[in-house]
Amino acid sequence: MSVIAVGPAVALAGAGYRRWATYRQAALAGVFVNTVFGVIKLSILLGIADSAGGTVAGYDAASLSTYAWVSQGLIAVVMIFAWTELADRVRTGDIAVDLARPVDLQLSWLAQDIGRAAWALLSRAVVPIVFGAIFFGFYWPTDPTAIILLPVSILLAVCVSFAGRFMVNLTAFWLTEIRGLVLLYVLVAGLLGGHLVPVQLFPDWLQAAAYATPFPAMVQFPINLMTGQATGLRALGEVAVQVAWAVGLLLLGRLVLSRATRKLVVQGG
Amino acid sequence: MADATTAQAYNALVRSRVAAQASYRASFAIELGSQVLLVLIEFVEVYVVFHQVDALGGFDFAEVAVMYGLSAVGFGLADMVVGHVDRLPFYVRTGTFDAFLLRPLSALGQLVTSDFSLRRLGRIGSGVVVLVIALAGADVDWTPARALLVVVTPLAGGVIFGAVFVATCTIGFHVVEGMEFANAFTYGGNYLSSFPFNIFGTFIRRFFTFVVPAAFVAYLPTLALLGRSDPAGLPGWLSWSAVPAALIAAAAAGWIWRLGLRHYVGAGS
Repeated sequence: MSVIAVGPAVALAGAGYRRWATYRQAALAGVFVNTVFGVIKLSILLGIADSAGGTVAGYDAASLSTYAWVSQGLIAVVMIFAWTELADRVRTGDIAVDLARPVDLQLSWLAQDIGRAAWALLSRAVVPIVFGAIFFGFYWPTDPTAIILLPVSILLAVCVSFAGRFMVNLTAFWLTEIRGLVLLYVLVAGLLGGHLVPVQLFPDWLQAAAYATPFPAMVQFPINLMTGQATGLRALGEVAVQVAWAVGLLLLGRLVLSRATRKLVVQGG
Repeated sequence: MADATTAQAYNALVRSRVAAQASYRASFAIELGSQVLLVLIEFVEVYVVFHQVDALGGFDFAEVAVMYGLSAVGFGLADMVVGHVDRLPFYVRTGTFDAFLLRPLSALGQLVTSDFSLRRLGRIGSGVVVLVIALAGADVDWTPARALLVVVTPLAGGVIFGAVFVATCTIGFHVVEGMEFANAFTYGGNYLSSFPFNIFGTFIRRFFTFVVPAAFVAYLPTLALLGRSDPAGLPGWLSWSAVPAALIAAAAAGWIWRLGLRHYVGAGS
């Protein structure tokens, strides 16, 4: 098992950042769409709080606003939506070139993904959150543990999300065309991760189902640190769960990759 | 005679798209299933809302579910027939669009028939199921006019969303990397039209009634079905006006398309 050295990893992360930073118009369009959806999402959540008499499942109007804007801001950062780059390379056979490179396939993609996430944090997350804070109420976190853990938690969310997407993409070794599967994955991840509605608002059975999956570790847990839903020991506990999912899923991904490459036959030359 | 040849040409185009989709059966089955689940997973959001409260903006679960069902069927129809027009920037960049302009068929007609996403039947099907169950649960005083309205509304909704798809895809004539802007109005319109409009702020409400006529897709017709007036004060006749709104939207989209086409000068390839 080859691992990746620090130098190449940093270079790949930088390349990931610069590659995505090229598309400024696309980033602007993305910010606009995320913001419009944020207004709609928050209106629905405030409608619920209004009918429930002001607060719902521990959220008041200000923390619902924080939830709505941080969840919109994190869409591009943790890449909740479809990602099929790796699967496309499997389908076209380009994966053969990737496998011949002297760097670890999974970790080199992870490094690029972290670079991409850093660009997304600057270009896609800041504007919706600032917009929300100016035009709608906003709860700012006060718990020191939560504030210190926030950057770690966002980085871990990116790692868990990447590990999941990597494995979904690997199914292309067996299925070739995975559009349907990716769509399904995105929907389930978005719902159970707490991207549409906070997991705390779910009925008990759906909460139990969500917490049995890695999806809240991609979306809900970093948001909890911002909304004050997780403070002190609970914040530490949720970050520990994120670490476990990140390590577990990345290791599982390596296992699947070794199975996949064993059956790979590349035609032509 | 010319009309008969044109019809034959479109017929052949659509048939070829259908045949292409039927050739990857396993993938098509998964995509169809994903589309069925898409509507149901989105519907979980409505379910979660009503797990917390009995009414949203003064409307109960069945009434909001009617809005959700109408919107899902209308959007599904539009997405199946014209949803892929957002590939316009891709056709412009690769030069395919220049080929469209050389052929003796309308460019818009060829863009629309460049795909025919049969998998969307899954979305339409589960939307119809949600709508029928919701109508059975809602307190509707049935009259012939209301029965007609229920049948006509999803079709009008399809035309309205189709018009939004066509009008917004012309962004692709002006910018290369900004197509995502359109999502705020297409997918955003679908998201918001599934909920009672009185929970939204004045600007959003007016914009999505008079500029992007998403209110006519589900919210206003549902008011007519329930015999209720708009809590936000719109006149009652507007609740019955989905069809004229659809016709106006279609005409406006045609005008915006021609405006964009006149602006088009090719990708310079």
